[in-house]
Amino acid sequence: MRWTSATLILSTALLATLAIPSGCTTSIPRGALAMSEVTLQQRQLQTRRFDTKDEKKILTAAAGLLQDLGYTIESSAVPVGMIMASKDREAVDAGQVAGAVVVAALFGTRVAVDSHQKIRVSLVTRPVPEGIALRVTFQRIVWNTDNNISRLEFLDDPAMYQEFFDKLSKAVFLEAHSI
Amino acid sequence: MTRGHVELAVRIFAGAVVLAPLASCGTSKSHVLSTNESQVKLRSIQTRAFDTTDREKMLRTVMATLQDLGFVIDSADETLGTVSATKLSGYVVKMTVSVRARNESQQLVRANAQYNLKAIEDPEPYQQFFAALEKAMFLTAHQVD
Repeated sequence: MRWTSATLILSTALLATLAIPSGCTTSIPRGALAMSEVTLQQRQLQTRRFDTKDEKKILTAAAGLLQDLGYTIESSAVPVGMIMASKDREAVDAGQVAGAVVVAALFGTRVAVDSHQKIRVSLVTRPVPEGIALRVTFQRIVWNTDNNISRLEFLDDPAMYQEFFDKLSKAVFLEAHSI
Repeated sequence: MTRGHVELAVRIFAGAVVLAPLASCGTSKSHVLSTNESQVKLRSIQTRAFDTTDREKMLRTVMATLQDLGFVIDSADETLGTVSATKLSGYVVKMTVSVRARNESQQLVRANAQYNLKAIEDPEPYQQFFAALEKAMFLTAHQVD
């Protein structure tokens, strides 16, 4: 049988269908919407309390800090204490690029490496008996050099959260207490 | 059978295989107003009533619960009583939760979520969400008929 362009297209379509049914049948992983043993730990890592009753002051300072860090504010709802922001940046990892170069040299195959990312952050304030508590959460989407999504992840580095709160503490001239 | 016939047979077979799974998904435009489960059943899976008059507290607790579950809050609207959020963990879960007064003593909380490209219509994830929410509210989530 000759490989006409039509048969080639059909064969490709046939392969493509292997992926289609999965898009119609996959379901959410168990526990994706359940509390887990790390929930409390994460909450402590991501939350600080400030000795003030002025929720607006904390939100205003936090919005300013997000701008200082290069984020674009996407939405906010001050009456319920919420700000959401994001930024698009490069995501080139030197180690990963070096690995891809080695693979290319040894096997002659090109490997896609991380190229750019969108970092998303939301911060939520709430009045607590001893002041205002603020919780911040970061996540990111990373695309590779083929423009495919390579990572969808929550950012949980304790040092990152600590640095954020150190900066916020300076911005509001108040100490950030752990909860 | 000639070579032409073989080729035709292969094409018809391939065509059938290609189209069969697509049929179960409907046309892409049909998704605009579609639901798989019956609307009544889905609403009952996605809705709970809480014995509180404090709508703002309910809304704030919904946001805190979503943060506990690893979501980033995308937007909130205190007038509509809605909160939308996204969870990224190797997959994408998007969720909208709305809070409105049911009667003089209760707030009705409705949640709907999607996992990647699919609506979540399985009761279990919603049960887990409301279990987390009632713990955070220190209140029982009542099933609504």
